[in-house]
Amino acid sequence: MKPIWYFVGLFLTATGIIVLASGVYDLFIPPEQKTVLADLHAGVWWGAVILFSGIAFFLANRKKTVE
Amino acid sequence: MATFNLSIVDWLILAIYFGFILGLGYYLKRFTKSQEDYFLAGRKNSAWVAGIAFLSANLGALELLGMTGNTYKYGMYVAHFYWIGAIPAMLFLGLYMMPFYYSSKIHSVPGYLKLRFDERTRVLNGIAFGVMTLLVSGINLYAMALVLRTFLGWDWNVSMWVSAATVAFYVTLSGLMSAIFTEIIQFFLIWFGLFLVTILGLVEIGGVSQVLTNIPASFGTLWSTSADASQNGMAITWAGIVLGLGFVLSFGYWTTDFLVVQRAFSAKNLRAARLTPIIASFPKMAVPVIVVLTGLIALILAKTPGSGFALLQDGGHVNYDSTLPLLIMRYYPHGLVGLGVSALLAGFMAGQAGNISAFNTVWTYDVYRAIINKNASDANLMWVGRISTVIGVVLSVVTAYWAKGFPSIMDYMQAIFSWVNAPLFATMLLGMFVVWITPAGAFWGLLAGMGTSIAMFLGVKFQWIDPARITLSNTASDMAVNFWRAWWAWLVCFLVTILISLFTEKKPKEELVGLVKGLTPETARDGIPFIKRPEFYAILSVVVLVVLNIYFW
Repeated sequence: MKPIWYFVGLFLTATGIIVLASGVYDLFIPPEQKTVLADLHAGVWWGAVILFSGIAFFLANRKKTVE
Repeated sequence: MATFNLSIVDWLILAIYFGFILGLGYYLKRFTKSQEDYFLAGRKNSAWVAGIAFLSANLGALELLGMTGNTYKYGMYVAHFYWIGAIPAMLFLGLYMMPFYYSSKIHSVPGYLKLRFDERTRVLNGIAFGVMTLLVSGINLYAMALVLRTFLGWDWNVSMWVSAATVAFYVTLSGLMSAIFTEIIQFFLIWFGLFLVTILGLVEIGGVSQVLTNIPASFGTLWSTSADASQNGMAITWAGIVLGLGFVLSFGYWTTDFLVVQRAFSAKNLRAARLTPIIASFPKMAVPVIVVLTGLIALILAKTPGSGFALLQDGGHVNYDSTLPLLIMRYYPHGLVGLGVSALLAGFMAGQAGNISAFNTVWTYDVYRAIINKNASDANLMWVGRISTVIGVVLSVVTAYWAKGFPSIMDYMQAIFSWVNAPLFATMLLGMFVVWITPAGAFWGLLAGMGTSIAMFLGVKFQWIDPARITLSNTASDMAVNFWRAWWAWLVCFLVTILISLFTEKKPKEELVGLVKGLTPETARDGIPFIKRPEFYAILSVVVLVVLNIYFW
């Protein structure tokens, strides 16, 4: 079977893409109701962190199988 | 109380999370072919997989909502739960107890009691553990329902049943294997989903130094105010912390609670099993970065005029468990809200799935096979495991309604642990390290310890006993009573076990080989360099623990 780290990579990649895309959208079209510290655009940089972590896990384990 | 309007991206993240864990359960079913696969994940896991699952099984509602709320209530003393109240016990399990557990090839902790003592001690502990597990599982469900109501405005009943059904689906299909896989997904989700709350909170307050200067002095230390119970937020002395939490409750939970120990049993060899809790000790020490810091940040915000932050009120009481969800609402924009909610749900799912997978194993091996069907086949045991998973989930929903009546989740959890785990730790300690402890001594000692804890709990609850008599101090919080009750339960079990063992029949030594120190060959270390041994990582862990305690003294 595929190692658990492969699935971690898949999950983080999918989640990171959505959070990053949502953050970029808010950057150009700000929401009407702003959260505290909305100007930091956390969705952009935190989404990028999740996405790159996911890609790293995925690439490192995509060819591996475990018993 | 306004609820969150989730956007389409938030729903999408929630849908991905649920789809992923359900899909994993379905995917892993094809690899679940035997009882060993179903109940012990095939005993094939690396130390890292088992270690993260070991921690994640514990990283449920207790850790997230309960501990953040308790930090708001008690201050930094809550960090004791993660440091002195966890690390020494985890290291002790890995270094000294795991060889007895793992080498005897048992399926559960009560299984060890059968080998070391007798069937009645095993069944007593198996039933007690089953009841405790379902109660704790109910807490997880209650916490999940709280989050869903807070953020989504969902009905309590619908929330509990939907989340319970999700856990039931994947645990029923592939047992411990799916529980471990989803626990690891949940571990990453919790860190990526909740650590950002800490970061944004620190940005708003102005950094860690500002947090420490803006909280009451009694809320910002670990030990320097512990000589006098009236001088610290938790109203407890250092003796209560060390004896009750650091020794009895911590060792009782981390070394004997099958919920966490089961993850180490799934390791591929003894070295990996010993490394499991030791590896887990490092991220365990980091969890206060999320729960303690956010609790303190919430405390400061609540006391800052114009911050717009206040905890929920629930029936006239402050709902401390709303601390973390409210901070997520404060900081997270759309997209991140879905991540934060998924992270909270993940924490609850991990705890609940862990409890249910432990429950189905103990029920199947230590009650069903021990009492009902001694000659059950492999297929029959797997079938019973699946049925007991469903029944366990249903019973935990019922107990969730009871948990709802308590103002703080953590106080309730500690009460349960001191009924079962505290005396069991005395039994295990004596059983593993003292050859002449007898089956009769273990059984009656365990019964006496459990009885003591329950009697004290009822005595305080119905005001038959002054709490000060239990805590040996005039100032006593609920938490302090829990710590001290655990200590007395342990002590009674310890003494009664020794006393009765002096006058009752001992087991032949040849039946105790591999189960007791002195009758067990030392762990083979040939060819393994020191930096790859469990002892090396345990030393590193101790160094980090000491530094943290000195820094926040």
